[in-house]
Amino acid sequence: MLALAATTIAILSVMALALARALKADTVYDRILGINMFGTKTALFIAVMGFLNGRPDFLDIAIVYALINFIGMIAVLRFFEYTAADDNQSIKE
Amino acid sequence: MILETISTILLLLGAFFGLTGAIGLFKFPDFFTRVHAASVTDSIAAILIISGLILRTDFDLVAAKLLFILIFLLLTSPTASHALAKSARHGGLLSLAETRANNQEASSTKEGNN
Amino acid sequence: MAEFIDLVLLGMLAITALGVIILKDLFAVVMLFGIYSFLSALIFVNLDAVDVAFTEAAVGAGISTVLMLGTLALTGRKEKVGSHTSWLPLVVVVITGGALIYGTLDMPAFGDPNNPIHQHVAPRYIEESPKEVGLPNMVTSVLASYRAFDTLGETAVVFAAAIGVLSLLGLPKPDRRAVESGLKSHLVLRVVAKLIIPLTILFALYVQFHGDYGPGGGFQAGVIAAAAVILYALVFGLPLATHVVQPTWLKVLAALGVLIYAGTGVASLFLGGSFLDYNVLASDPVAGQHIGIIVIELGVGITVFAAMLSIFYAFAGQAEGKNIQ
Repeated sequence: MLALAATTIAILSVMALALARALKADTVYDRILGINMFGTKTALFIAVMGFLNGRPDFLDIAIVYALINFIGMIAVLRFFEYTAADDNQSIKE
Repeated sequence: MILETISTILLLLGAFFGLTGAIGLFKFPDFFTRVHAASVTDSIAAILIISGLILRTDFDLVAAKLLFILIFLLLTSPTASHALAKSARHGGLLSLAETRANNQEASSTKEGNN
Repeated sequence: MAEFIDLVLLGMLAITALGVIILKDLFAVVMLFGIYSFLSALIFVNLDAVDVAFTEAAVGAGISTVLMLGTLALTGRKEKVGSHTSWLPLVVVVITGGALIYGTLDMPAFGDPNNPIHQHVAPRYIEESPKEVGLPNMVTSVLASYRAFDTLGETAVVFAAAIGVLSLLGLPKPDRRAVESGLKSHLVLRVVAKLIIPLTILFALYVQFHGDYGPGGGFQAGVIAAAAVILYALVFGLPLATHVVQPTWLKVLAALGVLIYAGTGVASLFLGGSFLDYNVLASDPVAGQHIGIIVIELGVGITVFAAMLSIFYAFAGQAEGKNIQ
């Protein structure tokens, strides 16, 4: 029980740090990195929170989060390849 | 009882690795090294935390779903990191060593011209 | 512990919202919107509202982000800098917000067991639903049976949204000469996508039919299936995707879903009950409810899948037409 609480706090801190990296980023790729990390930690967080609240039957949502995070990342990268080929946008912020 | 202690150890180790990965995200100097720090949280922290959770179940459908989540995360996170790093490379991002080599070359040619 | 998690999540939500407003790079703003959706979904999970969290994650972080990125590919990436300071709108917004907050002071306390909703509405559904409908997931029984009219309206709204986008943008024609666009050079991504896409479609079918017993249902399943085909289009290129799932079929499917839903209602009219009264669909009322719920959830899933995918095709077709090399 205590271990679950400690893990929850740790994952929340990781999410907060990823969010901070996404907000204050040197290049635009740092932002994408922060957001990708945020998404995967969300999936882990749901699994741990399910056990904390005593309802482990919503693990389906964790699967969906991991999936949607992956698809979002691929969309972002595809968009980047499109616009980078179009006009030479600066990658530095 | 012993399963619970092993599960606690795994969970705390996973939390530790997650935190170090997140701190590394800020401490590392260069984008490509930060990708490595972020992927630490996606791979080893996820494995340890989910294994710790599996040991807390009754080894029924919930454990199977957790295993599926783990396999899915291990399949997609490294792919996403790889795609991101490759996209950054294509976009022209240089690693720290290359930037330093460029700067050194630029300053030495400037001194050579002067 | 739950309150602490709530506080932290809401704090991060506020910071993300501030980031969305302050940042001038629209690309970053779109990605922060994705994070906003993830955080909202986490808050819903913390409130035990699992079906809502499902839909919020799938639609908000998945489809919305992809569509907004598609729009950004057509417009620019930087937000136009405002030329004048706006004091009057700020005053109006602050006054309105203050009035709204003052209005909420009259509402009952959050989660108080003596609230009116816990006296009449909730106990009636919680007690009668196992006897009348018999499904473990009460959200599905309320959504699909007790409030079936609302869900029919929502499905019609999704269909109307698809029609609106199609009338403005139009679908890409299936091109005989399939131009090779897509992430050609990303070999790892192509292999992994080939593994992930069938699993995703299987998962969407699982969510569709498991919605009676756990979180899930038609909306979520349609969105996840659309996300699978969107992944295929992103990795292998839009022309190949229009070969696999043809746009004309999507128009048929979107209408078919709404037809199935409303048709169930008409069938129950013919069998002697009222519109969308599932009790008359079988000899045993509870079995009739089960049949009715499965059929209309199928209709909802089909319409949502077709609508989301055709909206994506419309957006991506514009970007493809502009950027084709």
